Amino acid sequence: MLIAVLAVAGLATVLGLALGYAAVRFRVDSDPVVDQIDALLPQTQCGQCTYAGCRPYAEAIAGGDAEINQCPPGGETTIRALADLLDRDFKPLNPEHGTEKPPALAVIDEDTCIGCTLCIQACPVDAILGAGKQMHTVIAAECTGCELCLPPCPVDCIIMEPVPTTLETWKWPKPLARAVGDER
Amino acid sequence: MAEAARKGRGGRTLSAARLFKFHGGVHLEGHKDIATARPIQVAGVPSRLVLPLNQHVGGPAEALVAEGDKVLRGQPIGRPTGYVGAGVHASSSGTVIAIRDHPVPHPSGLTAPCVVIQTDGEDRSWDGYDPLSNYRTLNGPALRARVREAGLVGLGGAAFPTAVKLSAGSGLKALILNGAECEPYICCDDMLLRERASEVIAGAQALLHALEIERCVIAIEDDKPEALTALNAALEQEADPRLRVVVVPCLYPEGGEKQLIQVLTGEEVPASGVPPDIGYLVHNVGTAAAVARAVLQGEPLISRIVTVTGSGVARPGNVEVRLGTPVADVIDACGGYTEDARHLIMGGGMMGFPLASAEVPVIKATNCLLIATEADIRPRQPALPCIRCGECAVACPAHLLPQQLYWHARSENLDAATETGLFDCIECGSCDVVCPSNIPLTSYFRFAKAEVFARERERVSSDLARERFEAREQRLAAEAEAKRAKTEARKKALKKAGEDSSTRKAMIDDVVARSKARKADASGDKGSS
Repeated sequence: MLIAVLAVAGLATVLGLALGYAAVRFRVDSDPVVDQIDALLPQTQCGQCTYAGCRPYAEAIAGGDAEINQCPPGGETTIRALADLLDRDFKPLNPEHGTEKPPALAVIDEDTCIGCTLCIQACPVDAILGAGKQMHTVIAAECTGCELCLPPCPVDCIIMEPVPTTLETWKWPKPLARAVGDER
Repeated sequence: MAEAARKGRGGRTLSAARLFKFHGGVHLEGHKDIATARPIQVAGVPSRLVLPLNQHVGGPAEALVAEGDKVLRGQPIGRPTGYVGAGVHASSSGTVIAIRDHPVPHPSGLTAPCVVIQTDGEDRSWDGYDPLSNYRTLNGPALRARVREAGLVGLGGAAFPTAVKLSAGSGLKALILNGAECEPYICCDDMLLRERASEVIAGAQALLHALEIERCVIAIEDDKPEALTALNAALEQEADPRLRVVVVPCLYPEGGEKQLIQVLTGEEVPASGVPPDIGYLVHNVGTAAAVARAVLQGEPLISRIVTVTGSGVARPGNVEVRLGTPVADVIDACGGYTEDARHLIMGGGMMGFPLASAEVPVIKATNCLLIATEADIRPRQPALPCIRCGECAVACPAHLLPQQLYWHARSENLDAATETGLFDCIECGSCDVVCPSNIPLTSYFRFAKAEVFARERERVSSDLARERFEAREQRLAAEAEAKRAKTEARKKALKKAGEDSSTRKAMIDDVVARSKARKADASGDKGSS
């Protein structure tokens, strides 16, 4: 009887120590669900979801504080991907957060710019180059089209230009579905 | 690994006098005799040339000329920007009148940057490239450099830079020249072999020298007896034991390089691999002729043979056209449209795409202009549901399951489509032809491929944005932390000073001294001004 108790107690101690050690040694730094959600978000960092960037939104979704339909730049594709990942039901984009728009880039009208640096501070991805009283410009390759630079500009010199389709970015369209008798 | 694979079977199969079969394929009506009745006609120089800076696989070339520059025939006007790229040359002499966006032959109908040249009619030649008639004394890299300088790309239609292909490395088993030309209507390679077989042979010899190998097979489909006769006659004259002609049975899409290799050798190019992985290199016969011109005459790629065919053109035939010639001029050279011409297609009857206008120029990839009447084109029947008959899988030359791919592509399940071999699809259209439900399968596969590429581009840019966002967050956090530390240190110092009277006095003295110095400075400034 005693031997059995001791054996089980001993086993429990050893396994407990092993588990305790493993929990420290192999600790996962961040929540992988957050990473997975973050990977699906468009990284526009626009804040239209009411969170201060894509990662905070991902954390909020993982924590159950936010719905999956608050991301206008991602649109339906992102909502579907999130629904798949989290095994939730698809919901249409919540119009309170904005509407889906074609991709655009911010362009500064360099003649009007007064060099106030307000847009530089607003840009979430440091895509605006300039200094005080110097003309600013947008690094097109790094602009996410989040529009966060528009409200702070005191002279309204930033405009959003739609990204033109080039031979490199043109896509073959999807063939028209739903043909005769194709009810499925 | 590549080396081992190349040596694997030692090319034994190629030397045996037997042919193999590739999976699937379809027998199609050739429609080749429409345009083979007339000899190759050399078209005149048009009054205006439009040369797109991107006529090839890879990045667009960078313009070397500016508006108003005088250019000569063969002068480089665009240089390649990356390793995979090709230069562009003026195809006649004249003045550059613009470098601007102009409609280009592309399924999208979009515009792209082009150099527009007003020709002067004198067609004066640039002599920057010396003829290398003694190329046998040069080494492979020197010869490849000439091929690259000359802006050569594959003329079979894919327009992949030839010099890049030639750098496949050593130890290849054989060079295969592709004269199969299996697609309906196209016959420019056929006519080239009939009339200029010796040029193709000279090109083959130069290519063998550049690759430093000793074996070349020229493959011709059995529906081109005249080309075969001409080629054999030219070979007899040349008496080069390294070259051999092989006649292959006519079956679409045998002109696909992977299919042709399989027919000739029985070996299969691995999925998402390229022919050099198994020791072969395939070039179009037209490319070989262009190599001969570039090496022996120092002539860059400024013209090509284009098949102008179909019931919608008055005098169908093959025309040697300067690159950049508007399609409308080429059709005029062939007598113009007939009354019932309806469709203008670039490429052949299977893989061609409709052109939005006849203003687009002939480019390096333009092998055929098909002007079709209503009767030529099989009207698109409404698509019916897939009945899973499996005909498409039987016809697929890439050994894929098109119906399975179709479900994945239609539901935009791109990962599943990729796993099912989407990128091994060569878009030949064989599955479309055999599908009893008229499903536009190839269109679905093109759509799915484009979607995969687009998502990949989006992923790259969103990764960049994430990285920059995180870097900025870190920077802001570090700045806030530094500010906090500074305030804290100050507070601490003040608190300490409050406890110790001598330090406090020292601090007060310091402040008073600074304020005095500032005042003195200010009055000094006033005095001086």
